[in-house]
Amino acid sequence: MSVTKALAAVWRFYRDGFRSMTWGRTLWLLVLLKLFVIFFVLRLFFFRPALAGLSVEQKQDTVAVRLGGIP
Amino acid sequence: MVTFLNILDPQLTDWSRAQFAMTACYHWLFVPLTLGLAVVMGVMETVYVRTRDDFWKRAAQFWQKLFGINFAIGVATGLILEFEFGTNWSNYSWFVGDIFGAPLAIEGIVAFFMESTFIAVMFFGWNKVGRGFHLASTWLTGVGATLSAWWILVANSWMQHPVGMAFNPETVRNEMMDFFAVAFAPEAVTKFCHTVTSGWMTGGVFAVGVGCWFLLRGRNRRLALASIRVGAATGVVAALLVIATGDRSGIDIARTQPMKLAAAEGLRQGGRQAPFSIVPGIEIPGMLSLLATHDIDGYVPGIDNLLDGYTAPDGTVRPSADERMERGRKALQAFRDFRAARKKDPAAAAVARQTLEENVADFGYGYIGSRDELVPPVWLVYWSFRVMVGAGSVLLVVLALLWWFERRGRLEKMRWLLHAGMWSVPAVYLAGQAGWIVAEVGRQPWAIQDLLPVTAAVSHLSVAAVQTTFFIFLVIFTLLLAAEVRIMTRAIRTCREE
Repeated sequence: MSVTKALAAVWRFYRDGFRSMTWGRTLWLLVLLKLFVIFFVLRLFFFRPALAGLSVEQKQDTVAVRLGGIP
Repeated sequence: MVTFLNILDPQLTDWSRAQFAMTACYHWLFVPLTLGLAVVMGVMETVYVRTRDDFWKRAAQFWQKLFGINFAIGVATGLILEFEFGTNWSNYSWFVGDIFGAPLAIEGIVAFFMESTFIAVMFFGWNKVGRGFHLASTWLTGVGATLSAWWILVANSWMQHPVGMAFNPETVRNEMMDFFAVAFAPEAVTKFCHTVTSGWMTGGVFAVGVGCWFLLRGRNRRLALASIRVGAATGVVAALLVIATGDRSGIDIARTQPMKLAAAEGLRQGGRQAPFSIVPGIEIPGMLSLLATHDIDGYVPGIDNLLDGYTAPDGTVRPSADERMERGRKALQAFRDFRAARKKDPAAAAVARQTLEENVADFGYGYIGSRDELVPPVWLVYWSFRVMVGAGSVLLVVLALLWWFERRGRLEKMRWLLHAGMWSVPAVYLAGQAGWIVAEVGRQPWAIQDLLPVTAAVSHLSVAAVQTTFFIFLVIFTLLLAAEVRIMTRAIRTCREE
């Protein structure tokens, strides 16, 4: 079987699987909604990593100051 | 030092801890059921492949549907814990990044590729792939979930007993020196086995609970009895493994986290032939020594012994909390001196580094202001341990009875036992949550045992920001849980055996 045929078979496998879903549709909707909330709401607006935007050396210095309590 | 401790707002630490605890507790509602139902559906499909009886195929498909509902709702809830590491626990994340990075990256890759590949074959492939291939996919879905748990538990275990690393004051990170020491630490292996088998127990109890509900309603009789048989057998075997691994865990904790063990027993003064407390006022003499050392004469230190220092039976003198705090302060000062001198005065930096390395094992004690801070909340750890062991023991008896009477064909007449089987479902969750409380509250005040207390690990955010995200998570997770319960109960209620 050529690579193209194999890929086509995999494509059909997933396509037919998704088409024949019953309960799965509701669950996929929930999964997508949840991922949207996690990545596009929580991550963007509430969970910016505290050390984001700093270079490696700046991160080292920042944590050293916090852990060591040195100015 | 005093100035530094003053800027650590205790409210900030408490809210950050509460948020992480809530997220982890909700996450742990989904995970054990995924691990456990993987076994239940795997066993049912195996019976189908061996017997070619279509009933077992339908039974496996029913449990795969419930597995799918739980998986879909629970998937990615663990990601929020990783967000919290970066935002709320940034000092901690940087401090341990090199150790945590590898296990969590492997977990992500394994989880994504194994689970997403085989779960698709399991759900979409019933009429498209051979029976053997489908069965392998069903089992590999469970193996993928279990391997994910491995790496998460390796990371957790490292926090409880850090090994295989060295602290580099230049990078302010613990750097991995021995991957295998981290990945295959005996404590990590024990924790993995204990946690995963408790998940199998959850799945077994859940199958039993649903089966009992069907019988009490007079529905789906064959499916109910099959579910009870498979669930009870899985649950009993898992419960025995939980006991065996719990015993091993007790030995590990006695060796590496003696304060947690003393708190779990409410033991102020230890000694040889230490008693095990059933409840306050009722004790079994020598039992704690037996559990903690496998020797009824074994020495188990109590809370006061650990704070005051003691001499172990082998003659080793264990330092007091005050001595360890003194060494911690020396390590912390050496760290500050190193950071101040490293670019200007290499000789002074080398001396400071030497002092730090000599005292680094007690680095975290430098942040402790009073020895009382070293004692976890005893009442919470004590009672959580009793809830875990008590509920687990009752569940073992209920599962064994259900299995016994089902095999003898007398179960349907014993409605009280069916009710007990149904109510076992909340009990198994209670036991699992209590187990995590023992593990995580019991190790307080440490984020990383002896190296970093939670007060130093937390990010310097505003308390209001952490409170806001706490309540956002509370709402999101409660909605997810409500969705899970609603969809799951609908799937169970509408099930009609053909």
